[in-house]
Amino acid sequence: MPGDGGICLSALLRANGAPASRRFVADETTRVDLAALGLDAPHLPATGPNRIEEARGKSVLLALPGQLATAMALIALDGVARRLVLCPPDVPETHMPAVLQSAAVDMVVTEWPLAGRGAAGPRERQATEWVLFTSGTTGQPKMVSHTLQSLAGHLRATSAPSAGDTPLWCTFYDIRRYGGLQILLRALVAGGSLVLSCAGEPPAAFLARAAAAGATHFLGTPSHWRRALMTDAAHLIAPSYVRLSGEVADQMILDRLRATYPGARIVHAFAATEAGLAFEVDDGLAGFPASLIGSGGLHADIDVRDGALLVRSARAAAGYLDGTVTRIAAADGFVDTGDIVVRHADRYHFAGRRDGTVNVGGQKVHPEEVEAVINRHPGVRMSLVRARSNPITGAIVVADIVVFGDATAPRPAGAASLQDDVRAFCRAHLARHKVPASIRIVPNLDIAASGKLARARA
Amino acid sequence: MTVRATVEATIVAVAGEHAKALPPLTDDLPLLDSGLDSLCLAVIVARLEDGLGVDPFSTSEEAVLPVTVGEFVKLYEDAAH
Repeated sequence: MPGDGGICLSALLRANGAPASRRFVADETTRVDLAALGLDAPHLPATGPNRIEEARGKSVLLALPGQLATAMALIALDGVARRLVLCPPDVPETHMPAVLQSAAVDMVVTEWPLAGRGAAGPRERQATEWVLFTSGTTGQPKMVSHTLQSLAGHLRATSAPSAGDTPLWCTFYDIRRYGGLQILLRALVAGGSLVLSCAGEPPAAFLARAAAAGATHFLGTPSHWRRALMTDAAHLIAPSYVRLSGEVADQMILDRLRATYPGARIVHAFAATEAGLAFEVDDGLAGFPASLIGSGGLHADIDVRDGALLVRSARAAAGYLDGTVTRIAAADGFVDTGDIVVRHADRYHFAGRRDGTVNVGGQKVHPEEVEAVINRHPGVRMSLVRARSNPITGAIVVADIVVFGDATAPRPAGAASLQDDVRAFCRAHLARHKVPASIRIVPNLDIAASGKLARARA
Repeated sequence: MTVRATVEATIVAVAGEHAKALPPLTDDLPLLDSGLDSLCLAVIVARLEDGLGVDPFSTSEEAVLPVTVGEFVKLYEDAAH
């Protein structure tokens, strides 16, 4: 936090944490009392080397096995380390050397608890840089540089809980990414408690656990919610607040949440790791009102240029971390989200990504990567991969292929159809969310004047 | 092939492609948490849109999502008529 080195997560927690409020963060097996964490006194076994002190001034990679342990490490090391790199569980091992180099990592934390004292005294604190990963793209994962101020400043300013109002947050998100981290910080900084999901935990089991804990505020992507509503456990919870972000919220999921939880305030929000939280919509309709342009509310400016959504706010990241910090915002402070929006009457609706990236239940797919695999199949002349909207995962990948020879010629007896064969080929070479769900044989594909495949763009 | 047979065959085929073990299909079997995950279900819906020409999720006014195999089959039977 530049110029504000006196504030760190544990100090904010202490400022908010009335010991009597019995606030906690819990996962499947462990429940941690936040009042104990906010104290200056040692809260960890002080045996062995002082690992917290060892982290002082260092660039620390947090690669802990679970969300709860990661949250505890964040609280202990913010204000101590120079830089905290929050590593999500799905970053491939092959990318780690580049991550370690780009972030100049000189300490890796893989287990909890760390021996040592808790938070440092005010004079010893330093402003810690927080580094997050953008959600899964091909190639090297992008690291984005934030501060506690850019991540949580607005939570302190706008969300002070009233007396007696201590929401129990419950998130399907992983706190090691932007969306989930926002919820952790909200619970820690603005008040309340938090129930975390565990890796591999079925949605019904998680909902049952959240219901037993008395959770009131539930957050997830539209895909998380579709999945939740397709289990009987959806009726175990009675949320007062339901929030969707991370993917486009369509009218179907908004309607079904409204019907299932008539007493809840249902909000869908737009936020991105780079741009930060831009706006929230709570009128129950998909898209966002055109009146947000020019006056975004929530202390953000919203603009639409060349069909794309742009955001300017104090919540934007400082830049991409690639050895140095590369600024993301343009000279006028706006961050281009790359999301295409289309206006119908007085409302904007999301119409996909400018670069054609397909979002399959929160996992990104680049059509070109899938096409490259399909085109290696000996029976395929060329292919076009695109998104098809899907009620379960928001979108799914489908392919049109042009084949060599006569597509209608009979296949040898017992042979799989060419489509099945191409699909099997894709499964052997691609992650499963990248394999086209549907493959259609077409006579030809359009080539644009540029000589490239014509891709339908909003 | 009846709508039910098409839906059930698609469920079994997609589970096989995704190497998911599936118990015998019965009407009260939960769709999720019984071997299929969200991605499998998304693929099944896309495949059925090709095969049956309907997407009951986008056309149905009903504000409930199917929980069991039986409810899922009924959604397609209703949409196909």
